[in-house]
Amino acid sequence: MSTPLTTASPAAPAKVPGRGAPKLRTTRRRTAGKPRRSVLLTVLTSLIVLYTVVPLVWLVINATKTQTGLADSSGMWFADDFALWDNIRDTFTYHDGVFGRWLLNTLLYVVLGAGGATFLAVLGGYALAKFDFPGKRGVFATVIGAVAVPGTALAVPTFLMFSKMGLTDTPWAVIIPSLVSPFGLYLMWVFATEAIPTELLEAARIDGAGEARTFFTVALPLLAPGIVTVLLFTTVATWNNYFLPLIMLKDPDWYPLTLGLSAWNSQAETIGGEVIFNLVITGSLLTILPLIVAFLLLQKYWQSGLAAGSVKE
Amino acid sequence: MRRNTGRLLRGIALLSAVALGATACGGSDDDSTGEAVSASDVQAALEKGGTVTVWSWEPTLKSVAADFQKKYPKVKINLVSERSGDKHYTALSNAMSAEKGVPDVAQIEYFAVNQYALGKGLTDLASFGADKLADKYTPGPWNAVTQDKAVYGLPMDSGPMAMFYNKRIFDKYDIAVPATWDEYVDAARKLHKADPKVYIANDAGDAGFTTSMLWQAGSRPYKVDGTNVKIDFSDAKAKQYTDTWQKLIDEKLVAPVNGWTDEWYKGLGDGTIATLTTGAWMPANFVSGVPNAAGDWRAAPMPVWAKGDKSSAENGGSSLTLPALGKNKELAYAFVEYANSGEGVGTRVGEGAFPATKAELQSADFQSTKFEYLGGQEANKIFAESAANVASDWSYLPFQQYANSIFNDTVGKAYVSGTTLADGLKTWQDASVKYAEEQGFTVEK
Repeated sequence: MSTPLTTASPAAPAKVPGRGAPKLRTTRRRTAGKPRRSVLLTVLTSLIVLYTVVPLVWLVINATKTQTGLADSSGMWFADDFALWDNIRDTFTYHDGVFGRWLLNTLLYVVLGAGGATFLAVLGGYALAKFDFPGKRGVFATVIGAVAVPGTALAVPTFLMFSKMGLTDTPWAVIIPSLVSPFGLYLMWVFATEAIPTELLEAARIDGAGEARTFFTVALPLLAPGIVTVLLFTTVATWNNYFLPLIMLKDPDWYPLTLGLSAWNSQAETIGGEVIFNLVITGSLLTILPLIVAFLLLQKYWQSGLAAGSVKE
Repeated sequence: MRRNTGRLLRGIALLSAVALGATACGGSDDDSTGEAVSASDVQAALEKGGTVTVWSWEPTLKSVAADFQKKYPKVKINLVSERSGDKHYTALSNAMSAEKGVPDVAQIEYFAVNQYALGKGLTDLASFGADKLADKYTPGPWNAVTQDKAVYGLPMDSGPMAMFYNKRIFDKYDIAVPATWDEYVDAARKLHKADPKVYIANDAGDAGFTTSMLWQAGSRPYKVDGTNVKIDFSDAKAKQYTDTWQKLIDEKLVAPVNGWTDEWYKGLGDGTIATLTTGAWMPANFVSGVPNAAGDWRAAPMPVWAKGDKSSAENGGSSLTLPALGKNKELAYAFVEYANSGEGVGTRVGEGAFPATKAELQSADFQSTKFEYLGGQEANKIFAESAANVASDWSYLPFQQYANSIFNDTVGKAYVSGTTLADGLKTWQDASVKYAEEQGFTVEK
């Protein structure tokens, strides 16, 4: 259920494993000798690059401005005052450093929620790919169906259920629903089917390895690129999650960054409320930085994870 | 795109939460303790100590809470300030209907006090002796927190209206500051003619502003007596307002900008929005939200309907209440009393809040305060006079929060299509009547 909540995640929608990536690779191989130029494609690509980069550039530029500078200057260029460091300091110290608390909350939700979701997806995906059992088709249908149900549709029923169990307004209300990632499970399933030769498992079994050992020492290393891919997906999903915590949490001490920033933003809508657009913008920049870092560092795995398993070697 | 998604999601969240809240509104019907709580009971509770959870976004309460804890070291004030407006009410209604996590003290804006009081969600503070504080407060706010003999909250601040105008723009085009609404329309025409980018005001449909305008004009569209309500926007005073304001809309003299948005703050800063008729609390927002226009703005009395008339109205402002399901009532009351009637008032006024207490409003110190932002103007004189001229017989609907939420779908159409303001108000009236009947109110026709 966490997957559809993250339509805003930057990389998720465009790349469907098994389609985009391998095509790219073969094209590159074929045209390596005589590169073809297409003006149309260049223009289109440039537009897309602009479309994705402009908001980021805007964010970086405006994070350097004071509240006065924000109002006085054009959005796409720097103001006279350079206040990035002050803004960062203020973001972390405002309201007794509540931003730091929200950052830690978000990390907690990501480590337990996204980490747990990945772990479950790997276990489930492996089992579905490599074991035959009655009802497998039923599971397949359920998973595919779950991918199609938007999380927003489930949020309110989940809230009512959790409310009955007395779990709302606790971190569990955010972590438990994040543990379920049908898309991650599907991805791991497809990946495990291709990445782990059944013969290898049979060999391991013949050599006397138990199922647990086979999984951890033989299968898991082969699944590494896929795991990173799923981990990135679920991390982005949990990191950007807004709607679920919005309805689940009342206590600002458990807010993730998304809710906290939204609360800061709405301060500008109240009588006597302090207008801190500069901190909202700087806070937003700080919020996306860890995700950008994660993507850059794990890019290699991510790409190979997408490509691997999509073609038979 | 992300912002739109956010807004949409927030809308859905609100809807679902409102639905949850609505079903349970009549649920809590106990706890109307009529027993008097004496001052010594409160004192004993303060000495015993405990924790008071306060849900309020009023920024000045932070210092007040710190002072209060210093004075009563055994009491801990847990101030939850991250939610405001609709989010706050959603959370409050949810907590009340779940009968769990209800705060001991909750901020409630004047327009919504009725609603929570009628749902039996609030403690009657008369049992603490709050009814004896009546003379301390200006009539508008006091009237908003009381029903017959019951007192449902203590006024925290008030919003007697004034007209803020951008003196730099008015001087630049040599336009006189309007004192009546007719002059206001003239000024609007002149300003917009002199510079088509300049509008006299922003207005894209704002329920609070419209009701305040009706209040000032002398229209009394809402009559509330227990569960009997009357909703009628057709009196002559309302027509006076719609006729005048229609001119501004028809001639496109008001900027189609919603209040409290970044566009609004920008317009107030760069001079394209030349006046702002609103509550006296505005200077604090000017200082933090529009720092780049410091010195440009001045305050003036709210324009009136006839020369020599002094009628004013209230816009905004809130009270602190004790939800019926809250705990530690004695401590909670002690804090509310301290913040809104006792020493806390001075602290809060010092930090820019606009008081609802007569003593502060009339004090020489307060009246001679020079607003650096307003070019050194002693603006409190204007505000205090406005406060004294607010008619106290206005009342909001016991479901004003809902009514305000459908304002844009009804009256709001007058700003974007051929519908007139008067027709829009009629549609709003019909929709409000329909809702009232559905909720079991007796609607007088």
